[in-house]
Amino acid sequence: MTIVFNEETFRDDFTFRNSPVAIKRFPFPFHEDRYMYSVNIEPHVKTAPGSVYEHAFDVDEHYVAEMRDRELVLAEDPLRCQSLPHMELAGWDLLELIMTSKAEDYPDLFELYRDGDSWRWINRPLGIDDSFTFGDASTLPYGPMEYITRQTQGDFALLDQRDGNLWMDAGIVTTQADWSLDFDIGMNFFEWHGPVPLAHDMRVFERALKFLLNLQHGKPARRLNWTMTINPRLDTSPENYHKWGTDRATVTPENVGNLVHLRVELQTFWRLPRSNAIVFPIRCYLIKMDELVTVPKWAKRLHRVLKTLPPELIDYKGLSRYHGMTVEWLSRYDDGSPTSPGFFPDDWQDFQR
Amino acid sequence: MLVEGIKSRPVYGVLAPQPGLSHIIVAEGEGAEAVLRMAEAAPAGFFAKSHLIFVPRGGDRPDRADGLRALGAADFQSVGSPADAAAAVATLLRDAKMGTQVYVTGTEGLIGLVVQAAETAGIDHASIHTEHRGSMARRVQCVHCKGITENVTTQPVKCSHCGLTLLVRDHYSRRIGAFQGVCIDAEEPGTAPRPEELFK
Amino acid sequence: MNRGEGKLSVVVDRVDTITPMIKRFSFRARDGGELPRFSGGAHVIVEMPDGEILRRNPYSLMSDPADPSRYAISVRRDEAGRGGSRFMHEKVREGMELTISMPVNMFPSDRRARKHLLLAGGIGITPFVPHILELAAAGAAFELHYNVRTREQGAYAEDLARRFGDRVHVYETDLGEGFDLDAILSDQPLGTHLYVCGPKGMITDVIGRASEFGWPGQNVHYEEFLAPQPGKPYQVELARSGITVEVASHQSLLEAIEAAGVDAPYLCRGGACGQCETAVVSCDGQILHNDHYLTDEEKASGEKIMVCVSRFEGRRLVIDR
Repeated sequence: MTIVFNEETFRDDFTFRNSPVAIKRFPFPFHEDRYMYSVNIEPHVKTAPGSVYEHAFDVDEHYVAEMRDRELVLAEDPLRCQSLPHMELAGWDLLELIMTSKAEDYPDLFELYRDGDSWRWINRPLGIDDSFTFGDASTLPYGPMEYITRQTQGDFALLDQRDGNLWMDAGIVTTQADWSLDFDIGMNFFEWHGPVPLAHDMRVFERALKFLLNLQHGKPARRLNWTMTINPRLDTSPENYHKWGTDRATVTPENVGNLVHLRVELQTFWRLPRSNAIVFPIRCYLIKMDELVTVPKWAKRLHRVLKTLPPELIDYKGLSRYHGMTVEWLSRYDDGSPTSPGFFPDDWQDFQR
Repeated sequence: MLVEGIKSRPVYGVLAPQPGLSHIIVAEGEGAEAVLRMAEAAPAGFFAKSHLIFVPRGGDRPDRADGLRALGAADFQSVGSPADAAAAVATLLRDAKMGTQVYVTGTEGLIGLVVQAAETAGIDHASIHTEHRGSMARRVQCVHCKGITENVTTQPVKCSHCGLTLLVRDHYSRRIGAFQGVCIDAEEPGTAPRPEELFK
Repeated sequence: MNRGEGKLSVVVDRVDTITPMIKRFSFRARDGGELPRFSGGAHVIVEMPDGEILRRNPYSLMSDPADPSRYAISVRRDEAGRGGSRFMHEKVREGMELTISMPVNMFPSDRRARKHLLLAGGIGITPFVPHILELAAAGAAFELHYNVRTREQGAYAEDLARRFGDRVHVYETDLGEGFDLDAILSDQPLGTHLYVCGPKGMITDVIGRASEFGWPGQNVHYEEFLAPQPGKPYQVELARSGITVEVASHQSLLEAIEAAGVDAPYLCRGGACGQCETAVVSCDGQILHNDHYLTDEEKASGEKIMVCVSRFEGRRLVIDR
């Protein structure tokens, strides 16, 4: 499949859009008409050709534009990418994982040639052709983590494992839903999850931590998380909250379809072999309500999910100002008829063919 | 974002003498009492292996320093500010050996600075002994401009650098040694509530 | 290579007799490709088809992490054990095909350390070999103190001493030598991390002494493996599967569950990782908790059992499996 990369923006004039193909393959996160907080982790195996689960690291029509947006964020605020000194080896692990995966999954876009530690990496969409020495950061324009994640969609957190806990000791975060790497770097699993409500039922978090501590190399896992964003803005950082916070007050019953976006994170978890660290990529997918309701099943289901969302989650996800308007708007697309089980659109089989 | 009930606050303990080859003890103001209480349980010879650093608070009773001096530490130092205390700890730790224990008691601001200095010297934060005493005033980092506002007692508080009105979250960064401050009226500028004394 | 299942097909590449008690086995990938990378301190589970029994034992990898063409393990023959080491010594030959797990690391180094202090006794040297190669390659400061009974028994001592000179100290306990723990512990720069692997008594001594010298727990690491201990045979009812299994005296509960064809999760098979934790439905008797994963309170509550190393004595045990 050849990907045509969109010319689009995630700021200012917000020209971001999803093609009909991108809509069909959107990772809709609700498998039933009601949302229940759960850890919902499953093996990250390659499934459903055409979907975002087909490859280890999904590359889609937004790739080039997202990388351009990341460049803008980093130019403005270099602290969005940080690595504590003991995490460099994990950075090399990550570089190897992404390069080998992408070269295998997208041979027409990415090529990797290895001769011992002498590597050559070709990234056609971004026009990169670099030769470097694996393990020697001085042969790359950036540290290994920053180098490869400037070429990979999604935020990345590198977690060191020690003392029966995970420590967020490196990362690159430019498309985040409201958390600050600069503030959270160095925190352990419980500390960086401190602000998440309902998770204070510690058993949920203890189970998730135990799962991650025992995560095995070669057996990655994934889960979906979601929130909503006004405008297709990737960089909803706390750093810039005073700049984008006013967006939330701009929603009116007339512009819900264009302004309100469902924001889904495809989170994956990988054990890294050389460093024994874990990498936690957080890939963000956006879809505006106008686009989402072109899939009738999703329109009905999102209406029902939002309508029954507990108040503390409405608050935590920052939906308070426009939740009611969005439910009202979506109700027009919900005739009350039953929805089919599962995430995929009803015509997914046809789409795959 | 402006959610109540965040649980990532630091948890402080109660100082108790630990086994060790040497001890560095930092006390600020009322923290002197925590050290005196710890001294009651200290084995013979404990203070002969100890270095005591005291940061008097304005209006401190003079007998606090005298009480600490009387413990007979191998070295006793009185310094002017929490930052001076952290610098003194950093100097002492430069050539220190494993088996050096660090104790710190006083305000959260002092504890944060000393824990930072000790971590930089190679001590895991979890093995630093802390006890909170005195004012609940906080060090707050503005997430927007990254500036630090010291001795914050109100909620919300005006950032002393960029002037935004900040909600002080219970989210604490050891690396920065500060709580997180986030603009409270970002969605509707000018609607910030009036500050209330909350951290005394 | 069957990576999706977390398993690797390998061929025994070489078998070397290091001492009368210790053999070294080298593996290469059956498909001729590279083996997955690993970090110092990692182990693999070796599957041993021993007649009717499928044994699975964990062994530390001791090859160079920088070399993906080979893995190596060392196996010390344990006459009193459940039979895994005897199988490796007697049955495993060059050219044999084996299935091993992907590497898992329960004993990694702490990369924040200013210096790494490694204390080994006997066969406890094995996880330290890749650690040292990794640390040396990274230019990290380290120091090894290694107690062996005699030079001849000191597997790998000569080689390490030759390669790393004064960073390696070998002591022959039969000659009355041995490392001076107090001297070592009292003269390490701040930020040193201590790793100990060897006989249980040595681990206990080192941890205890380090604590008395004021070493914080965060800086003290030990290899937590336990071999499942033999014991009296007993029966266990598996509530979900609706069957009863017999656990033989030289079998672990996990092995008995697997032998009955019931799938059970595991990672370390040594009582450390917590993956095989199983809820106890009812218990009339005494659970012999041999793991160090559960807390003392959890052990006392009798609500959970780590089936890889723990056993049971009494009238009836029903578990949720």
